[in-house]
Amino acid sequence: MFKILEKRVLNPDVKLMVIDAPVVAKKAEPGQFIILRVREGGERIPLTIADYDRENGTVTIIFQEVGKTTRLLGTLNEGDYILDFVGPLGIASHFENVKNVAVIGGGLGAAIAYPQAKKLNSMGVKVDAIIGFRNKDLIILEEEMKKASNRLFVTTDDGSNGNKGFVTDVLRKLIEEGNKYDLVIAIGPLVMMKAVSDLTKSYGVKTVVSMNPVMIDGTGMCGGCRVTVGGEIKFACVDGPDFDGHLIDFDEAIRRQAMYKTEERQSLEEHYCRLGGLKNG
Amino acid sequence: MANMSLKKVEMPEQDPDVRNKNFKEVAKGYTEEMAIEEAKRCLNCKARPCVAGCPVNVKIPEFITLMAEGKFEEAYLKIKETNNLPAICGRVCPQETQCERVCVRGKKGEPVAIGRLERFAADWYMARNKPETVDIQKSNKKVAVIGSGPAGLTCAADLAKMGYSVTIFEAFHTPGGVLMYGIPEFRLPKDLVQREIDTVRELGVEIKTNMVVGKSITIDELKEEGYEAIFIGSGAGLPNFMGIPGENLNGVYSANEFLTRINLMKAYLYPEVDTPVKVGKNVAVVGGGNVAMDAARSAKRLGADNVYIVYRRSEAEMPARLEEVHHAKEEGIIFKTLTNPIQILGTDDGWVKGMECIEMELGEPDESGRRRPIPKKGSEHIIDVQTVIIAIGQSPNPLIKATTPGLETHKWGGIIADEETGATSIPGVYAGGDAVTGAATVILAMGAGKKAAVAIDEYLKKKDS
Repeated sequence: MFKILEKRVLNPDVKLMVIDAPVVAKKAEPGQFIILRVREGGERIPLTIADYDRENGTVTIIFQEVGKTTRLLGTLNEGDYILDFVGPLGIASHFENVKNVAVIGGGLGAAIAYPQAKKLNSMGVKVDAIIGFRNKDLIILEEEMKKASNRLFVTTDDGSNGNKGFVTDVLRKLIEEGNKYDLVIAIGPLVMMKAVSDLTKSYGVKTVVSMNPVMIDGTGMCGGCRVTVGGEIKFACVDGPDFDGHLIDFDEAIRRQAMYKTEERQSLEEHYCRLGGLKNG
Repeated sequence: MANMSLKKVEMPEQDPDVRNKNFKEVAKGYTEEMAIEEAKRCLNCKARPCVAGCPVNVKIPEFITLMAEGKFEEAYLKIKETNNLPAICGRVCPQETQCERVCVRGKKGEPVAIGRLERFAADWYMARNKPETVDIQKSNKKVAVIGSGPAGLTCAADLAKMGYSVTIFEAFHTPGGVLMYGIPEFRLPKDLVQREIDTVRELGVEIKTNMVVGKSITIDELKEEGYEAIFIGSGAGLPNFMGIPGENLNGVYSANEFLTRINLMKAYLYPEVDTPVKVGKNVAVVGGGNVAMDAARSAKRLGADNVYIVYRRSEAEMPARLEEVHHAKEEGIIFKTLTNPIQILGTDDGWVKGMECIEMELGEPDESGRRRPIPKKGSEHIIDVQTVIIAIGQSPNPLIKATTPGLETHKWGGIIADEETGATSIPGVYAGGDAVTGAATVILAMGAGKKAAVAIDEYLKKKDS
């Protein structure tokens, strides 16, 4: 059992939790993920590690309430316990020989991009951070990102924060203005990572994306998380989750993500039925 | 008086047309009368070939003699002297290639039903819920066991009986390894596996779940934490794919994923539990081993109309147990042997809509001694399926190898270990089971766990002196 030490609501759909998990905290690195199971009979879901504190033995997760499991998780409070919490899994991001990096986070991806920006920043790398959201109410981690970067650009799809556009618009502008990046890190929805990768490919800028497909064990056992990278089958859990954005078959990944759409909807509806009033919450 | 019937006493089973719609155990087990009658078929012969035929050398004639006398408890305890998991072995051991293959009674007629008797003894004892009293002289030496499948559980139990303080590190949230995630409920009920695990715990073995060795902690760190010897029984978890077009379409599963969803995550109870599994109207399972049979029979139970076993050699070469093939056929699984997939076909939105196959014929024997299948030109055809399950084998998981400097492995990933002791290239580190051999059987893994326990005991005693 893993205790929830702290819970914060970052926006109506996104919550942050600090979990007491010393074994995971001891070895966690940016880019790695954990798998959790909220309760008996629950699913195993992967979540990227948003932060960790080795000294206090804690791991921070940030999640968006999109399905039954994340909604259920969101109903837990400080002092409650999560049944299973295992990690750190996957290969840590490695940043060698980089001086100028653009770190891009779309929506919840900002939460995953944050530890990367923080790590690069602490290494003395110049970081331009670009984070994008649907509207200004959904903006998360603005302050944290500001601290972890040299320049921060926050965009909204509807312009409600006064800066309308997609993250790709900002990136294109920065590159066109003559900013030279050794590396672009893009984390967010598959369509966003695809758009960034398409853009950077045309400029020849190396791009790393973080994949978060359906998986069960997270140790290479089920193969459910397979992605095609440069024509080869890779398992996101053990070969990733970071991959070269220019080599990923995004269309396939987008298709595969829809595999359980019907079941996800069914689970969610049932969850609402049981919780009654929460439907509008 | 010996029972000279040439046939085994039949074991009652669920009717095929009933059981292919539920996940309850297929075989119902003997009654006391049946067990005594079957036990009387044993001649208690001098040669005792069955004992040598058993990878853990169960004292077969002794336990069967006790059983013939109706001494079921004594029979059970006799088995337990060398076998820590009798309820499991009685169900999933391939007795026909081991103890029963060499049984004297098998020369004329059927061998003694050793497996069924073992199963009966274990079930009889469990039903009475008798606590096993073990008097163990505890030492303060710590041993770590990685993986809680058959190899790990056996090694841990034996070491605990010798007095060592044993901790098992399990990657999943539930211990049991392949017994929990791989073998289906209808062949090996999970509450029974749980009971066997509980008896291992009662010996004082601690099981830490959610610990992925190689990620959460490394072998070197275990040593630093004071574990004086380590046994690696991490299994063969990495699924193989065929490398044909269409393998990443929606509706294609590795057998590992399909079975893990069903067995460990209990997807057959969905939506009562949260993990779903997709089964189309028609399902093709590629492969001819026990895992393929398990996947096919599970798919049928989940409501598929037609389930095909697609295997490139002939039925004679199938690695699955005869009993499993027989059960699968009874349940309506359709066998397409001498058939090899070429590609999986998809709809525009990425779902499986069929599988193109080619017929094969058998040529000269290959390096495995089995006749090599050769494609028949012009025999390409399409099977109408919506789900494809790939059950062509697993490779050992590379996580431990990747994080343990000095641990030597074969090119294909198996850990190199001494056959008799399980000793690896690192002193104090032992390995056994599928992590060493590649996917094999529960009992072979248990045998390896046993041998390693003996070797670890010797190593630790020598280390002290």
